[in-house]
Parts: sequence; C-alpha cells; structure tokens
Amino acid sequence: MYGNDFVDPNDPGAGPLNAADGGAVEAAAAHVDRRSEIDLSDFDAIIAADQRVEPRDVMPEEYRQTLIRQIAQHAHSEIIGMQPEGNWITRAPSLRRKAILIAKVQDEAGHGLYLYSAAETLGIDRAELLDRLHNGKQKYSSIFNYPTLTWADIGAIGWLVDGAAIMNQVPLCRCSYGPYARAMIRTCKEESFHQRQGFELLWDLVRGTEAQKAMAQDAVNRWWWPALAMFGPRDTGEHATGGHTAQSMAWGIKRFSNDDLRQRFVDMTVPQAERIGITIPDPKLAWNAERGHYDFGDIDWDEFWRVLKGDGACNAQRMARRVTSHEQGAWVRDAAAAYAAKQAARQQAAAGEGSAA
Amino acid sequence: MSDTTLPLFEVFVRAKRGLSHVHVGSIHAPDATMAVRNARDLYTRRQEGVSIWVVAASDIVASSPDEKDSFFDPAGDKIYRHPTFYTVPEGLEYL
Repeated sequence: MYGNDFVDPNDPGAGPLNAADGGAVEAAAAHVDRRSEIDLSDFDAIIAADQRVEPRDVMPEEYRQTLIRQIAQHAHSEIIGMQPEGNWITRAPSLRRKAILIAKVQDEAGHGLYLYSAAETLGIDRAELLDRLHNGKQKYSSIFNYPTLTWADIGAIGWLVDGAAIMNQVPLCRCSYGPYARAMIRTCKEESFHQRQGFELLWDLVRGTEAQKAMAQDAVNRWWWPALAMFGPRDTGEHATGGHTAQSMAWGIKRFSNDDLRQRFVDMTVPQAERIGITIPDPKLAWNAERGHYDFGDIDWDEFWRVLKGDGACNAQRMARRVTSHEQGAWVRDAAAAYAAKQAARQQAAAGEGSAA
Repeated sequence: MSDTTLPLFEVFVRAKRGLSHVHVGSIHAPDATMAVRNARDLYTRRQEGVSIWVVAASDIVASSPDEKDSFFDPAGDKIYRHPTFYTVPEGLEYL
C-alpha cells in the first residue's frame, strides 16, 4: 500500500488498518458488468440487477439531481478540506512531515477533481458547480468548519476525519452510478495513506514529551465528536423516516445507513486509540458484549446543524478563502486560455500557408 | 472574473508497457498540451501510468445506448462465428 515505506514494522496497525485495506475496494473494482443482459432503457432493471448506471442511460430526473447534489457536495468537501490542513504546511515540524502534508493536500485537490469530473457526466457544468459552492447553494462537510489549532490536529484529522471518510467512501465504490463508483475507487486507494500518516503522527507525539502527549490528546478531544457527526444524522430505528437514506438505498447510491457506518467506525477506532494510549473523550463508551459492539454517548446534533448552517468557527473564513483564491487564480486561467488561442491561430495560419503552396 | 469553463478532455492511461490505454476520467484544460500535463498531475501521482492520451471530449463519437438492440443485433444471429458452433469427432487434440 502507499506510504508503507514510512511505517515502522512494529506499527500497531499491522494488518488491515482501515476499511479501505480490507479488500472491499478491490472487490468493488472487480465488479462484473452484466449490462448486456439487461434492457438498458429500463432504469429499474439496471438497479435491480445491481448493475452500474452509465452517463447516457435513461435515469429518473430525481436520481440525476440527487447524484449531482451528493457528488458536488462531496467534491466541495475535498476542495474546502485542503484549507484546515494547508494551514499547517509552512509550520510542519520537519521536512519529512512537510513533504507528506503537501502530498496529502494535493491528493485532496485530486479527489475534488475526480468528483467534479463525475458530476459533470450528469450534464452539469464545472463553472456552475463552483458557483453553487461560492454562493452557498451547495454545502460541504461541516467538519471543515472546525479550526486546526495545533500540529496534532493534522494527526487527528488524518486518523479520525479521513478514517471516517474512508468508512463512508468504501461502500460508495459500489454505488449504482458508474462514474461516481470509479472516482471512489481511486479515492479510497489514496485515503489509506492519509489515515496512516495521521495515526503515525499522533503515535509519534504520544511517545514524545508530556506536552506533546497532551497536545495529541487535546486534538483527539476536539475532533472525536465532529468525526462521528460526519456520518450524518441518525437514520435507523425511530429516526428511519424522513431524510434521504431510504431512497438513496433503494437507488443503490447508498449501501449502509449512517448509524451502521458510524458504529463500524467506533468499533474499528477504539482499539487503535487504546493501543497508543489515547483516551476517547466519551464517558459512555463501553464494550457491549451482548451486541458485539461498543456503546457510545449521544452526539450533539444541535451543534451539527448549527455548524452546517453557517455558525461554525470557520465557515466564513473557509468560504472567503475559497472565493478569493478562485478570483486570484483567474489570471492563470485567462493566460492559459489566451496562450491556447494564440497557438490555435498560429496552427491555423500555418495550415493555410500549406494549402496555398 | 472570467468563468467560462475550459474545454473538457477525456484521459486514457497506459498502466505499463504491454497494456492498452484505459479511460480513467476527464480533465479541463485550455489546450491538449496542458491537458496532458494536468492529467499527469491528477491521474498518475503514484506511478499509475507510463503513457497518457487525451482526447477532446467534443471529438468523441459514441454509439447510443438507445440503439443498443438494433445497433448490435447483426452480431446476434451469427453464432457460426464462435468455435463452439462446430461439431468435431471426440478425442482430437489441438482443435
């Protein structure tokens, strides 16, 4: 896997560290195409046979719009997600850490671009998608509205935020919409490095001075609950009505409920925390032998909705930064377009001379 | 602020010598030269390829899924194109 060169052979995460390492991504990539056996004018038949819907297939308008919204918000999250981590590039404590962080932030840009490409296959323009982000019509994950206060936050983001993202994204590798599924396969293969570098960063800190250990614990204290909220509102049991989960599952976009994925994330992460001596900030966290899962405390959903609707610590800052960098990058796009036009004109002129001779 | 979307290119990557180029996604760029460079940064950050093709998306002509039946039908009734169509004596090798 990527990044293994950096990892201590005694790494506590030997064996599959996260959901992307467990073979599910490879299984999704090995999906067998049986579309030739199906009437492709019948959308329901494609979904029923668990086959991929491709861009030019007939699809219900609501399916198309749901996907545009979901893929665009996913893409926006990747792009905005560059900011909290980019915040620490100049202050990374070593050249090694700086190189890793630059590579990771570049990956986030790449993930955004894979996703924008997938969204565009549904017939929406890239500029329109960016407009909808900039004017607030489309959201991004509320996790990126929290500040990165210390260097340890970079570790906590990699371990917890990227860990939660992987848990969410691995089932999306089997999403019914082909271009989205393929973008997720590429993304998941790269996320493993993101999570491992974060975990390793924290592990280094907890083996350091008391102050470094305290900094790692403080970062986990602040990122644990927002990471759990990343899976989205409760959607099982009494919460199963309302929300998009049922329809998205019927369409094969979503494969597991938010609550199910959240539980898996907790189950996977708690032993990792114990192994490196980090305390999960939840007094109700306890192994439930009967259920075979960890029980955990209640998420502050008021905070989740407040931050999503704009009242987080960094909402205004993130959006201002995004719009400014888009505007300040306009000259680059203009210059590239002018150069392309000049080259095209020259080629045309040369072709004209050729035919005259 | 100029916000016209740059032209779209489809990207094909050859993973290693001996394999064919495979479609990996798309990219926006002002021209084909920049598209190749941008595609390198986007699709081959981890040595996923030894060669890249880009094709302007507007230049791609594709068969239509709507015509799938009529378009591919002519192949459907020519089972004699497959070796299993033919009966041969049992016990023969290399046939």
